[in-house]
Amino acid sequence: MTRLRNALGGEVLGLIGFLILVVILFGLTAPRFLTAANFGSIAFQLPELGLLTLAMLIPIISGGLNLAIVFTANIAGLTLAWVLNTHGGVDAGFEWFVVGSLGALIVGALAGMVMGLVIAYTGAHPILVSLAMMIFLRGLGEFLTKGGDISGFPDYLRPLGHGLILGIPVPLILFAVAAFVWHILLTRTRHGFAATMIGSNIRAAAYSGIHTKRTLTLIYTLSGLMCAVAGILMVARFNSVRVGHGEALLLVTVLACFLGGVDPFGGFGRVVPVVIALIVLQALSSGLNLLGANQHLSTAVWGLFLIGVMVLRWVAAQIPKRRKG
Amino acid sequence: MAEPAIRLTSVSKRFGGVQALDSVDFAVDAGEVHCLAGENGCGKSTIIKIVTGVYQPDPGARIELFGEVVEKVTPQEARARGIAVIWQDLALFPEMTVAENIAFETMLGNRPRRVSYPAMRKRAVAALARLDVDLDLDARLNTLPIAQRQVVAIARALVSDARLIFMDEPTASLTQSETDALLDVVRKLSARGVAVVFVSHRLAEVLDISSRVTVFRDGRLVGVYPTEGMTQGRLTELMTGKHFETTVAARDVTGPPVLEVQGLTRQGEYADVSFTLHAGEVLGLTGLIGAGRSELGHTLFGMSRADAGQVLLDGKPVRFPSNRAAVDAGIAYVSEDRLSLGLIQPQSIADNTVMAVLKRITSGGLISPAKKAALVDHWIRELAVKIGEPTDAVSTLSGGNQQRVVLAKWLATEPRVLILDSPTVGVDVGARAGIFRIVRQLAETGLAILLISDEATEVLANADRVLHMAGGRILGEYDPRETTLQGLEAAIYA
Repeated sequence: MTRLRNALGGEVLGLIGFLILVVILFGLTAPRFLTAANFGSIAFQLPELGLLTLAMLIPIISGGLNLAIVFTANIAGLTLAWVLNTHGGVDAGFEWFVVGSLGALIVGALAGMVMGLVIAYTGAHPILVSLAMMIFLRGLGEFLTKGGDISGFPDYLRPLGHGLILGIPVPLILFAVAAFVWHILLTRTRHGFAATMIGSNIRAAAYSGIHTKRTLTLIYTLSGLMCAVAGILMVARFNSVRVGHGEALLLVTVLACFLGGVDPFGGFGRVVPVVIALIVLQALSSGLNLLGANQHLSTAVWGLFLIGVMVLRWVAAQIPKRRKG
Repeated sequence: MAEPAIRLTSVSKRFGGVQALDSVDFAVDAGEVHCLAGENGCGKSTIIKIVTGVYQPDPGARIELFGEVVEKVTPQEARARGIAVIWQDLALFPEMTVAENIAFETMLGNRPRRVSYPAMRKRAVAALARLDVDLDLDARLNTLPIAQRQVVAIARALVSDARLIFMDEPTASLTQSETDALLDVVRKLSARGVAVVFVSHRLAEVLDISSRVTVFRDGRLVGVYPTEGMTQGRLTELMTGKHFETTVAARDVTGPPVLEVQGLTRQGEYADVSFTLHAGEVLGLTGLIGAGRSELGHTLFGMSRADAGQVLLDGKPVRFPSNRAAVDAGIAYVSEDRLSLGLIQPQSIADNTVMAVLKRITSGGLISPAKKAALVDHWIRELAVKIGEPTDAVSTLSGGNQQRVVLAKWLATEPRVLILDSPTVGVDVGARAGIFRIVRQLAETGLAILLISDEATEVLANADRVLHMAGGRILGEYDPRETTLQGLEAAIYA
């Protein structure tokens, strides 16, 4: 049992417990909760928030934060939309989707890289740098779109946002792949190792010969890249782009990271518990929705839930101490 | 016989299962400079905290402050009676001015009242005048060097009419000239009848400034001794309770030169430094803090660039743009600050061990868990590090074992040159011997080792040759087999 605990991490077991609790609770109270349709809707809603959470995860592990994730995703989506619209709109060829997506990825990565360079070389605080980038991207986006929607995309985009492969929603597959890549990045690559060490003590990492500046730059570049993936998915799912779309998700991604046991001060965090935390949050909101609760109430429940988890974590941390003492 | 400022009798303090103080007596005379000596965890800080009311002693203690028995010492009571502490972190307000920092306490009270800046300035001026120090009253504290901040902290104590000041490791981060200036201030305080209790692990300084020394060991009083006629060696024995034979490990080294430093100069840090380090040699580099030893180490490790001179590695000139380049060239550097620079405390023993050799445990672009485990296992066994699990946080280890993990990290890079900067700081005396056994074994395998230390005993006992550095320059070279501790110390403290 202890070995299992160590392998999975107490965090994961606790979260799975929460998930089971949520499923049972809503299964009993909301008649349509345990239906394929409901799980389907969860599966379609999760990836957008999930990809943005992954974009938030690495900066937090490195001891920072990226407040620009949503607007980076918007601007990336806008890039794709612009390419499609200038090449026939609804009739744009598939090659233009490829070009547009590449453009989106480049724009996202670039936005991240600029932040990373500033953070790494000037030592400015990530919150301030990413806040400035967020305001810049938001203003730029609103200027370019005049605050309106851009829509009218080719039909072949639909499967990306709404299709199924072997019964599994395409966005969910995309998210699963992204999460797996992030997991490998963090646990098995030198870059992920360096990011984690930097999050704990950047000066000691530098003394050990870790290229801290290069690593920080790469961290935010990758974060921007993941935002772009989310941006492309949002284009496909909503068939339109509006700057500010998904704005409310920003703080939810932070919440999901902390719920998934990521250390708010950096240095510790894993992809698996964060993904489970995302599922818990999504199940909570979907269950409340089915019970007919107001959208805002479900946000309030998320907040309460996080507070509850923190108190429980504190309690759990006290138990072994007392046993020893 | 001077009258006592404070007199504590049979003070005990127990924290859970730890007897921090076991029925100790401690007395300081008015106007005396008294030193409190002992190893880490001997109870020094506990007694300070009891005198200043932070902790309450266990029943049975008697505390007499300036001739009056005080039943219960609270922090307010201690301050009102003229006892002040200057902690290592100084507890000042970095964003406020010198005058505000010195005199803010006089503006506190039970009733709200208007802050009078002219009155504060007057107080601050008076306090600084008593110390004969000239400071810009309007300078923000965070623009001052540490040494001047310390003066501010002392002046603040004087404003609240302190008659007894505790100073906790006041010289730990000062250069030699700053230390001299501080010791000067301490002498002035003493001349004005203010007693000073000095806590410092720099024994030379302790013997220099104080008239008496109280030694604690494991929460017990060892004794109170006059510093007249006391030697560093004797004091070490009293503090550790062990007799240290000064064996000398030095031998003649015949290995080829590995690291040649020629006329190396960096403005404001060190000048015209030249020496040769041979394979298999342990070269000691000693001198007071501020002599430029660590700065030199930083340059050799690629963390700073020299202005002039050159460094040859295996006969070829090298110039490192970063410390990574130095690591790749075969130079390893064990930092003097193990806690915040040598290791990443909250991370695991395994991760700390592999940190500098990530390339070596990577195959196909991915870190191989098997290679990592094998490497960690190898070094933990090689250096006999006592650990629970490799996944435990490095902070769970003792100082000596932590230092072994640092060594493991650097030895894993298979270096040609190992720079050890004060490798035994915060390591118990017993564990130090273990560290130096490893150092000697490494030298025997042909590693070239530069041992930087401010403890003359340490370099004499463990190095093959000793260089003495002061004011950024190398002043002399000593053969430990022909040098006495007194001789070397005389040179260092000259």
